[in-house]
Amino acid sequence: MRVDLDINGERHAVDVEPRTSLLDCLRDKLAMTGVHAGCEHGVCGACTVLLDDAPVRSCLMFAVQADGYAITTIEGLARGIGELAPIQDAFCETHGMQCGYCTPAMILAAHALLLKNSAPTRDDIVEAISGNICRCTGYAQIVEAIALAAERMRGLNRPQDKP
Amino acid sequence: MSAREFRYVSSDRRVREDRRFVVGKGRFAADIALQGMRHGALVTCPHPAARIVSIDKLDARSMPGVHCVVDGHEVAAATEPLPAGLDTPRVQRRPLAVDVARYSGEWVAAVVADTRAQAEDAAEMVRVEYEPLPYVLDGEAAYQAGSPPVHADHGSNVLLDRSFTWGDVEKDFAESPNRLAVRVKWGRSSTVPVETFSVVANWDPWREILDIYASVQMPKYPDQLSAVLKLPMTSVRVHYDVDVGGSYGVKRGIKHAALVGYLARRLGFPVRLVEDRLENMRGGDAHGPERLFDVEVAFDDDGVIRSMKMRALDNVGAYAGRSPFQLGKPIGAIVGPYRIRSVQYQAIAVTTNKTVQEAVRAFGQSPTNYAIERTIDAVAYHLILDRLEVRRRNLIRHDEFPYTIPSGTTYDSGDYHTVIEKVLARAPYDGLIEERNSLRKQGFLAGIGLAACLEPNGGNSSFEPLLNPKITTTTWMESCRVSIEATGAITASVNTTSSGQGHETLVGTAVGEVLEIDPDRIRVVRPDSLNAMPSNSPVGSRMAIMLGGAAFHAAQKLKNKLLAIGAHDLNIPLERAVYADGEVFEKESPQNRRSWQQLVNIAHRNYHLLPKGFEPGLSESHILQVPTGGQLPTADGRVQMYPCFSFEFHVLLAAIDPDLGKLAIRKYLVGHDCGTVINPKIVRGMTMGGIAHGIGAALYEEFAYNDEGQLIAQTFMDYLLPSAHEVPPVEIIHHATPSPHTVFGQKGSGESGYLGAPAAIASAVNDALSPLGIFVNQLPIKIAALGDMIAAAREARKSK
Amino acid sequence: MKPAPFEYIRPSSIDEVCALLAADEDARLIAGGQTLVPLMAMRLARPSLLIDIARIAELTFVHDEGDEIAIGAATRQCLVEHDAIVRAKLPLLAKVMPFIGHSATRARGTIGGSLANADPAAELALVAVTLGATMTYRDWTDTRIMPASEFFVGAMETALPRTGCLVGVRFPVWRESRIGIGFHEVSARRSDFAFASAAAQVAFDENNVCTRLSVAVGAIASVPKRLDSVEKALQGRHMAEDQIREAVEEAVAEIEPLSDPHASAEYRRRVAATLAVRAIMDAFGSVRDTHAR
Repeated sequence: MRVDLDINGERHAVDVEPRTSLLDCLRDKLAMTGVHAGCEHGVCGACTVLLDDAPVRSCLMFAVQADGYAITTIEGLARGIGELAPIQDAFCETHGMQCGYCTPAMILAAHALLLKNSAPTRDDIVEAISGNICRCTGYAQIVEAIALAAERMRGLNRPQDKP
Repeated sequence: MSAREFRYVSSDRRVREDRRFVVGKGRFAADIALQGMRHGALVTCPHPAARIVSIDKLDARSMPGVHCVVDGHEVAAATEPLPAGLDTPRVQRRPLAVDVARYSGEWVAAVVADTRAQAEDAAEMVRVEYEPLPYVLDGEAAYQAGSPPVHADHGSNVLLDRSFTWGDVEKDFAESPNRLAVRVKWGRSSTVPVETFSVVANWDPWREILDIYASVQMPKYPDQLSAVLKLPMTSVRVHYDVDVGGSYGVKRGIKHAALVGYLARRLGFPVRLVEDRLENMRGGDAHGPERLFDVEVAFDDDGVIRSMKMRALDNVGAYAGRSPFQLGKPIGAIVGPYRIRSVQYQAIAVTTNKTVQEAVRAFGQSPTNYAIERTIDAVAYHLILDRLEVRRRNLIRHDEFPYTIPSGTTYDSGDYHTVIEKVLARAPYDGLIEERNSLRKQGFLAGIGLAACLEPNGGNSSFEPLLNPKITTTTWMESCRVSIEATGAITASVNTTSSGQGHETLVGTAVGEVLEIDPDRIRVVRPDSLNAMPSNSPVGSRMAIMLGGAAFHAAQKLKNKLLAIGAHDLNIPLERAVYADGEVFEKESPQNRRSWQQLVNIAHRNYHLLPKGFEPGLSESHILQVPTGGQLPTADGRVQMYPCFSFEFHVLLAAIDPDLGKLAIRKYLVGHDCGTVINPKIVRGMTMGGIAHGIGAALYEEFAYNDEGQLIAQTFMDYLLPSAHEVPPVEIIHHATPSPHTVFGQKGSGESGYLGAPAAIASAVNDALSPLGIFVNQLPIKIAALGDMIAAAREARKSK
Repeated sequence: MKPAPFEYIRPSSIDEVCALLAADEDARLIAGGQTLVPLMAMRLARPSLLIDIARIAELTFVHDEGDEIAIGAATRQCLVEHDAIVRAKLPLLAKVMPFIGHSATRARGTIGGSLANADPAAELALVAVTLGATMTYRDWTDTRIMPASEFFVGAMETALPRTGCLVGVRFPVWRESRIGIGFHEVSARRSDFAFASAAAQVAFDENNVCTRLSVAVGAIASVPKRLDSVEKALQGRHMAEDQIREAVEEAVAEIEPLSDPHASAEYRRRVAATLAVRAIMDAFGSVRDTHAR
């Protein structure tokens, strides 16, 4: 079946079996390997992408269901070649990862949170990432990354007191 | 040893690997797409034990996209058995079962098709006829003679039954006024990385090279693969620059790679196998220890323990891999941080019809620490003494280091009492007690958990000759090559895979520290197994010590060479030459100097200016043997295990809703001493991640089986991994007692947190339950079981 | 874990849906897919045809119908979670929504999907039973109505015929001016399937006498169970925890709880009673605190 997908603002026409998950379509058909398979039954969250800015599990959607939404993958966040978005830089600042496997999904979940809530509490952050399992970090530095990103993004575009 | 001043070591630098991960440009094994690559899927046995009567591949072969269907006989004919550690030649393990399947989930056939989905479609059509056989699931039952042997030719289920006596145990027991016995059970769990094991194999018949891209963390991987596949090791190229999505010990993948390597050679195109979660949980052979401890201690009326007897019985599953050695490594810290002077230890490994175990983070030390700490608490309860005080009385003192324990290992350094006092002051401990009492008044069962645990690090496989005298391995090495190119650019090598430990950052920091050059200017490269130097992988929390050490020494050789080149060119004796910030100058007249580029030019281009006899270029390497290693065990089983010992002291406050059995951690502090910290962000991450693993093992995670031998926890719906909700904020209090054995005084920290958290949580639960007079002696402590225990105890009290 | 092959179709009207369902006995509906797709990935469900109803406009709505709030079966849980009408008129449903799965599953999962799945631990099923909701479904060309008490017949089993498609659910609105609600569930981790749950909605007069009570327990039996005897016992009375506990324990003793590796039957029965008491006390507490005399 043919389906037209809107991914990171670009249109992609793919031909897939109905049973091809959105996850596998992104990875195998479109070479967007930033999204990862962890369980293929909707628990670990490593497959998270954004659908109209809301985190969803791409392993629980078939590609043929995914037309008509604005899909955002991790590849859509970077500002430019070699340039990190503030949320990505914050994750580097706090070392909010180790093996990096859950990281794109975590960052997308964080990004979705900050789109709706520019001053999240620790509880808000924990709730927002509670559907994403990390086995490396114990979450502390991830929570700190998101809080740091929120703080920095609130401070952007404000007049600077000092040079 | 006082704290040293470092330029880069211990400074709060970013971890350079993070940059590629935050943009989704990690290169994991499942990301590798080679031209013409096809996909594998497995056919698994549904029975815990069965004779394979027949395998009908006909229908499967004719399914769309299928290239082949293979069974155990075919693969066994072309390969050697998978390596095992113990001397158990009649316990043979193959990638696919041959004639007999020995656990539910064991792989019995494999399909290769154009897509993974097609391979799964065909796998369903493979018709296997089984004849179920008797099976055994319980470790103690398997230990009994007469239990159905998992391997008929081996005769019994006992893979290992070895006793050691160090010191005069019977005399110490006879002379002690008190003794008590404790039995605890460590449930079967594992580290379960989010990425399953994945491997791509490609055979180039023209160069005669088998390329392997795998999500692997395994010492001697190319060696073992080449032996199994009957290829010269120079025909196996393992790509170490594949990013590994978490391992924490378990990604050994030898059967996966052997299978896929065989298929690639037979089929003539690349083959990829990505375990799906079901294949991984049931048949990936990555389960962890399932261990029953019987501990008996002899102690005086002050709670000072003189002697300990420990029997550890581990249910390793249906085959022996490396996992029985997990009973041997803890020998190197068998008394924990305590001054127990004689020990008897019996290590028993049995086979059952369960999934195979693999090496899990800390290789058996965490279960052992749990048993030790439970015993210390038991002594305190028995004598009605404060649990902290009993620990203080038994802990090895700062001035007693280096301290040799009865089993022959010498602990390098430590200051356990200071770490403990620091944590108690920070809590503050009195405040915790007040809070606990207040929670109890509010109706909670509240408890404070304590655990003082060692983290042995540096690695050293001396448990191998200890448990298998046919093995005489005493070398456990790591390497680094550092080169300065003609343009002055610096590269340094990591000769193994990484799974998030920040090795590139580690090497850059170590080399930068020695050469006094910003680590970010140092490019870290990863050779493949054909051009790598020897490595034994990031196991045993060894890399800070070993890779850091090798990088240091290689850089030091370069620095010495630069110094000599500079002195020679300045025409001054070596003693008057100083190296600083990449330049060499004359001590009394610093205006006489040679710059970095000048020195590099001499080395690379001006042979006539080199000191006589010097090799041109600037490339030095170092292969480091594990410090304190290099000896075989003595006749009575004494040997130096690991070189360095980090220490952690956990204190936590837990509140249990007595009606629900639901536990919440209200406060958590851990004191952590891993000597000099090379990168604070990395070390913190390791400790927090280890605590999260420990919370999982203590409260949520279990590979539970039913009586029919089926793994009940096959998916993440039943095997419960801690989310951000389940891991509370933890405060880490640092102390640094440097190691005398390492270049910066660093110890390892790759297993920190995991080594003490389960013991600490169990301790908190028991403190909380103590007013009811009940104790929990097994992990995990699950909510409903705890609720039932509490209800029964309250019922019993009411009826009194 | 790739599903077995299937055909996929996305009809635009409920009539088409019903015709397709009737024509193929191996066809299945998919809305959010949060429960169906894992089953398909494990090949425990193998439909020949997936009929996607997620975007059928007639099935997505929240309507205030005065005495009832009607919610379309394909309305996504996240929409109901943040809906102002639900918040204002169905406080119990609003309270429970954040407990369903994770926010990432609520972004796709639907009200109807959860109800039709009939997991014993499903929060929506519990609320439907507690409030006495009414399900509306289409079966070929017929439209049928069924009360929640008849809808859930067993674990993962509803009274929906094979050819039936749930189209909506109606939750009754309580008109009393003083209403309190309570909800509790216990699971191993925050978002896991509950071992036991309880929901209560209580109306009080100005003297804090209970004029009306609906309470039910979930996750302990194959379907949610209304505690009718508790409702009878406490109607017209002041709230006293001892009496509530006694009535609840008596009612829960009648239930045969499930037992599985996660929790024993005794645990489920005991904890369900505890949670039901807590839910009723919460309902009372919220009213007492806001309308203090």
